[in-house]
Amino acid sequence: MTEPLFRFCDVSLGSRVVDLSLAIEPGIITMITGPSGAGKSSLLRLANGLERPDAGEVLFRGEPVSSLAPRPHRRMVALVFQQPVMFAGSVADNLAAAHPTRSPLELLEQAGLDGSFAAREAKELSGGEKQRVALARSLGTNPDVLLLDEPTSALDDASGALIEASTQAFVEAGGTVVWVSHDTAQVQRIAQRVVTMDGGAAT
Amino acid sequence: MNVTDIGFFGLTVSLVLIVIALGLSAWQQLGLERSIVGATMRALAQLLVVGLLLGYVIDEGRPLWLSWLWVVAIVVFAAATVARRAPELPNVFPVGLAANVISVAISVAVTFGFGIFPLTGRTLVPVAGMVTGNAMRTAVVGARRLVDAIEENRDEIEARLSLGSSPSAAVKPTLRATLRLALLPQIEANRTVGLVALPGAMTGLILGGVDPVDAVLVQAALLFLILGAAAISVTVIGLAGVRGMFTEDERLKTIN
Repeated sequence: MTEPLFRFCDVSLGSRVVDLSLAIEPGIITMITGPSGAGKSSLLRLANGLERPDAGEVLFRGEPVSSLAPRPHRRMVALVFQQPVMFAGSVADNLAAAHPTRSPLELLEQAGLDGSFAAREAKELSGGEKQRVALARSLGTNPDVLLLDEPTSALDDASGALIEASTQAFVEAGGTVVWVSHDTAQVQRIAQRVVTMDGGAAT
Repeated sequence: MNVTDIGFFGLTVSLVLIVIALGLSAWQQLGLERSIVGATMRALAQLLVVGLLLGYVIDEGRPLWLSWLWVVAIVVFAAATVARRAPELPNVFPVGLAANVISVAISVAVTFGFGIFPLTGRTLVPVAGMVTGNAMRTAVVGARRLVDAIEENRDEIEARLSLGSSPSAAVKPTLRATLRLALLPQIEANRTVGLVALPGAMTGLILGGVDPVDAVLVQAALLFLILGAAAISVTVIGLAGVRGMFTEDERLKTIN
């Protein structure tokens, strides 16, 4: 049996994640569902290394995340937040924050945006556009894994569909996706595996 | 008669203004009478003690190390004040102490190294005191603002961290805005100086009978020192303070 990409071993964090054990397989879209406050966002933050468990261990390719150098790990395991945060400046400036030399046009295209966006002021974009720029920015680090925290929950269907298409293309190119979603139709549409979290436990 | 020698009578008469303040407080039912009396007594007692001690320390017959000891004491006291007023900042006392020590050391080195004033107790203690007092105020504003700004911009800082930025790069835009905000009042003070309030050193010198132009030169030199010291102090607070807000594995701590 191959080593899973991520393995959560009896992980606890605050009151939301309690004794969580879970394996994330590479090369597929794993969708995480469950009620609010079930620790879904915490799971993604633990995977990216923005949080460290109070107890237990998160393994990435068999190595504890806590023992890995944080910067290269975070670049390999990109996190897209529920509320996209745009940095000051143009869309191109935002993309350069992830990778100063990669072509913004190529990244924008991967996220379903055309090149004319590069010069736009990032903070003035619509919610859907911001989220696609956030996705493009995360792709800029050339990650193996995309962690998506309800990226389409505040978007219209058309914007949501573009994010879904970009994500599926990422997986077809060999990437792994862990996607937190409340949207049951979306889960049925694109999940290759579903994990339900409740009270910190996963089923 | 020396105009600075106001004597017991002059001091007593100046209390008339305090009596007016007490009257206004009673009339408008502000309930501040006790505070006014307490603060007045405290100011008088503190200044008397300081004046007596200072008279002893900076007397020309005393060794200069007594004045240096005084400077050390005010720098430590200023760091304790920063720590008391901005307790949210991690490691606030050592960070505040470093900020004060570095800003005072550079100011004193420039002032006496270049011979702006001759190095005596009578020049060292007031210069160091003025610089420390102002640097401390800026440090307090900077430290409090820094903690708030990092909390307000947590989403952006974590978004940058999640892209593999170093903590110092992730916090840079926030830090820059904070340092600017903390320094602006000091810059603004230099812009309006003399138009309304005459600054303290100049007022003292003019009251003491010094020619106003000479008083202005001394005051201008002090203002430049103060602005420079404030900039040094708040930069040290910012750069050192930020370090304490991240864990070793480069996560943003939860403050408060």
